[in-house]
Amino acid sequence: MARVAIHNLRKQFGQTTAVADFSLDIADGEMVAFLGPSGCGKTTTLRMIAGFVEPSGGAILIGGKDVTHTPPNRRNTGMVFQRYALFPHMTVTQNVEFGLKMRKLPAAERDARIKQALDMVRLTSLRDRYPRQLSGGQQQRVAIARALAIRPEVFLLDEPLSNLDAKLRVEVREEIRALQQQLGLTTIFVTHDQEEALTIADRLAVMHDGRVQQIGSADELYERPANHFVADFLGKMNFFEGAFDCDGRFVTQRGTPIGIGALQAANPGTRVVGLRPERLSLDAAPLPDTNSLAVTVSSLVYMGATVEVRALTERGDPIVAHVQNNFRGDVGRLVAGSKAFASFRIDDCVLFN
Amino acid sequence: MASTVFDDKATATRTPAPRRRISASTLAARALVVVVYLFILSPLAFVVWLSFFKDVVITFPPSGYTAAWYVNAWRNAAFADGFIFSVKIALCAAVIGVSLGVAAALGIARYRFMGGSLVNMLLLSPLVVPGIVAGVAVYLFYLRAENVLNMDIVGTFSGLLLAHVCLTIPWTMRLVSAAMSGLDTTIEEAARNLGATGFQTFWRVTLPMLRPAIVASALFSFIISFENLELTLPLVGPGHTTLPIAIMQYLEFNLDPTIAAVSAVQIVLLGIVMLVTDRFVKLSQVI
Repeated sequence: MARVAIHNLRKQFGQTTAVADFSLDIADGEMVAFLGPSGCGKTTTLRMIAGFVEPSGGAILIGGKDVTHTPPNRRNTGMVFQRYALFPHMTVTQNVEFGLKMRKLPAAERDARIKQALDMVRLTSLRDRYPRQLSGGQQQRVAIARALAIRPEVFLLDEPLSNLDAKLRVEVREEIRALQQQLGLTTIFVTHDQEEALTIADRLAVMHDGRVQQIGSADELYERPANHFVADFLGKMNFFEGAFDCDGRFVTQRGTPIGIGALQAANPGTRVVGLRPERLSLDAAPLPDTNSLAVTVSSLVYMGATVEVRALTERGDPIVAHVQNNFRGDVGRLVAGSKAFASFRIDDCVLFN
Repeated sequence: MASTVFDDKATATRTPAPRRRISASTLAARALVVVVYLFILSPLAFVVWLSFFKDVVITFPPSGYTAAWYVNAWRNAAFADGFIFSVKIALCAAVIGVSLGVAAALGIARYRFMGGSLVNMLLLSPLVVPGIVAGVAVYLFYLRAENVLNMDIVGTFSGLLLAHVCLTIPWTMRLVSAAMSGLDTTIEEAARNLGATGFQTFWRVTLPMLRPAIVASALFSFIISFENLELTLPLVGPGHTTLPIAIMQYLEFNLDPTIAAVSAVQIVLLGIVMLVTDRFVKLSQVI
């Protein structure tokens, strides 16, 4: 395995910039997820690392070696594609063997590696099947075995779970993570699914419009999003637009005061206050040692483990709270039209300029 | 049988009226299929039947049956020579035409270049130009070329082969382009990622995936070349006559069932070629 260093990587397609100024260092054995909506440049970046797209500028180093202009077959990356991309005219064994043959390994070594790779994904019993005789999950596991059999320096996964159904997605995801940790694989995982990225990766790079918005661990990104886009893309967040008034209170445009005056000195230019729905508590009376907003419930959305409560402040600012669905305490009595107090701690507020 | 049993039960337990209506429409559909097949197959069946008629002048109903016309066809050197010559031309045209057609289809599908669509149109044009027109045009062109190059072209094997190659290329291009548009290009990327060079990827991955289309192209090219009459007509010379032309020449002076016997043999041989091909590549999946 190897370190990967990406310096100021850039890709232009005619007038449009697909990727702008992408820089990232990935440690040996680290798993990084590129996360963003479709068209954000995450797949283009991955394809530049694999060598399928020629960068317009910048450099890619794998294991300290500059591979920016190296053709894909001489890069030693192992890639897994969204649509599996197995060779339809070859059996499972032949698929896994392909990369080993290209490397001109002796037959004994090839057999040993095939066995090892197929054991790893628990598909040894299906080794003589053709791809069309396998389920989606099995096909993707063959693709993983095929990519890992060549012992790549970097393991690249391009939306590998998108074609699988929900349950299988979690299963294969956990399998990929287990393999990655067990083998110490330097891995890049591209996805548009935030839950997938948050649960699988050591670090995430959130991308939007060809630019990296923020790079960090799951909790860093979730707790301290760098900007409005990251906060909105990862999970849900209430946004209150407004400004500090001359009395040092933060007041929304509609006039709801948010009690974060203590934070003004450090963040005088704040224009938006963000608050995660699950950090709000809804009660009949204001909780001690918190800030509280008097709200009127407008609707409840049943989501299983939680209930989403949509409400309005007295001045009409919409606010969303996620409360545990245990129907104990005050939540059980909430109906549309109920009056309640939404309480939160100052520490849970995220400020944006 | 099983379905009949099921139908009976269903009629007994459920409302019978809609059942009967569905079976009536199914019946109509089946009848239509039978009629269409009869329409397609009856000329072939008739040719085979005629080839056994006893009478020299085809009369109906025949006064008796004989296999003598097959012996007559066998003894006629023009048919045997024409058959061998046609097979030679068709085999060579299929091999060369398919190779060039695959290359052309790949080039046009994968690379953008100046005049790409013009090349595409030119290569497909033999499909739309009437064969006799193309034949005369090629003949006139060959005459000019003979004057310039000072060598024989009209009436030679190579001259005819070249024309037949042009005739077969569009079939390969159509079938291979269609197959290529259905190919997942990430499969080729996977091969590159695993260490294959561009050529290795083509040879070990792209080409095998196109195999059904290529086999079908070869079959079609062979048949198109083998049975071609109009384009071939102006281009053959003495001693270089294809089977269709031998048949036509025989027809000018004779009207006995020998022709039917020759056609029957041709039908059976081509049928065998198709069945054998179908064993290796399911033709219905390609066309």
